[in-house]
Amino acid sequence: MRITCPLCGARDRREFYYRGAALALERPAPDAGEQAWDDYLFLRENPAGETRDLWYHANGCGAWLVVRRDTRSHAVLEVRLAGEGAQ
Amino acid sequence: MRFSGLRVLKEGLTGNRGWTAHWRDPEPKPAYDILIIGGGGHGLATAYYLAQVHGLRNVAVLEKGYLGGGNIGRNTTIVRANYGLPGNSEFYSHSLSLWEGLEQELNFNVMQSQRGVLNLFHSDGQRDAYVRRGNAMVNQGDDAILLDRDGLRKRVPYLDFDNGRFPVQGALYHPRGGTARHDAVAWGFARGADSRGIDLIQNCEVTGIDVANGAVTGVQTSRGAIRAKKVGIVVAGRSSQVAAMAGMRLPIESHVLQAFVTEGLKPVIDTVVTYGMGHFYISQSDKGGLVFGGDIDMYASYAARGNLPAVEHVMEAGMALMPMIGKARVLRSWGGIMDMSPDGSPIIDKTGIDGLYLNCGWCYGGFKAVPGSGDCFAHLLATGRPHPAAARFRLDRFRTGVGIMDEEGTGAQHNLH
Repeated sequence: MRITCPLCGARDRREFYYRGAALALERPAPDAGEQAWDDYLFLRENPAGETRDLWYHANGCGAWLVVRRDTRSHAVLEVRLAGEGAQ
Repeated sequence: MRFSGLRVLKEGLTGNRGWTAHWRDPEPKPAYDILIIGGGGHGLATAYYLAQVHGLRNVAVLEKGYLGGGNIGRNTTIVRANYGLPGNSEFYSHSLSLWEGLEQELNFNVMQSQRGVLNLFHSDGQRDAYVRRGNAMVNQGDDAILLDRDGLRKRVPYLDFDNGRFPVQGALYHPRGGTARHDAVAWGFARGADSRGIDLIQNCEVTGIDVANGAVTGVQTSRGAIRAKKVGIVVAGRSSQVAAMAGMRLPIESHVLQAFVTEGLKPVIDTVVTYGMGHFYISQSDKGGLVFGGDIDMYASYAARGNLPAVEHVMEAGMALMPMIGKARVLRSWGGIMDMSPDGSPIIDKTGIDGLYLNCGWCYGGFKAVPGSGDCFAHLLATGRPHPAAARFRLDRFRTGVGIMDEEGTGAQHNLH
């Protein structure tokens, strides 16, 4: 699996750290309540198909990336910088 | 049909014409008391114990493919009870005790081999952690022996004890651990459930779960609707998809775990060796193949195959630990879909829907749990109350933060287990 970093180009999967569902970008307010925090921290869509993950280009430029990917084929469909408001 | 030495002899002398099918291939009935979704190891074991322990026979197992065709048909077959935390400790101890009587109980040869499991340590800190774990195992009623370097060398002389990065200092030895024939476990439970009247329905994919007034009423399948008073979901890597049919989201992320087997060799490794620092573990199958693996690939996947970085990582770790295996040729590799929970421990619990029960989150360690999981899930389905050995496997522990079972101590976070 290769991931095309918008800043560095196509790189081996080994350069990237997987953080999990891009839901991690949607942090609830501290007082949002138990259910909102359960949704954010633990409950997952976990799709068999297209998914959006958050990856960190640890051995590259250090950018956080939102990767649109197919979990059935490992095909990488789109990579955007999380810092540019990719949702 | 019962198996015995006399029967094998008789059939051998008469052309093996007397063997019959191990289970029926029934049509689904319109309604059952209990439906179990998933005909893998855990689902079949659940069906068996529902009949055997609770006398419930109006039960069906619904399997979208063939019996035992998922992770029970493709794993590294290790059986052990070497967990340290309350919850896991009593559960795996219970499961191991069921394993030890399984062949006689099922009248089926699951080829269980208590060849021992060795967990290697490489530093004083890791040794101390294993001393603590070993004491927890002894306290739960199981066996654990701390081997020093010389003791370990007598057992497995072929390790690279002076490895430059992780010199081997010793191991925690769990003599009652070992391996079993994975397919036979599924087949034995299937045969036991079928012979007690439970319908095992293959090629029957569940496509919907019917809920009315907050209670489950049945399921929709590729072979028509089936009504039921209770439904148990036990579908491993597909847990999120099946739970979504009932409008639920689970604390599960499905990941790929790869495993490897070499060509058949003469007996060389007579135990199970785990090398946690390098992410590698190995045993030798009865056919002679070296069966080994490492960690998950570490990204969500349903591909049932992995990527090369994890392959390389496992091979490097194997070569670093036991250079002799470099002469063996890898025959094949495969990937399974693991239902990873945030703390690395499983869930056996009721859900927010009356009559709907859940058994999932076995991560990459479900094989050894098969008898215990079946017994405990059957107890929950039959009585509505958790089995004492699985009372801590609660679905709500992540939301409440109470009773997290994080054996690795890395935190209850999806990408850390």
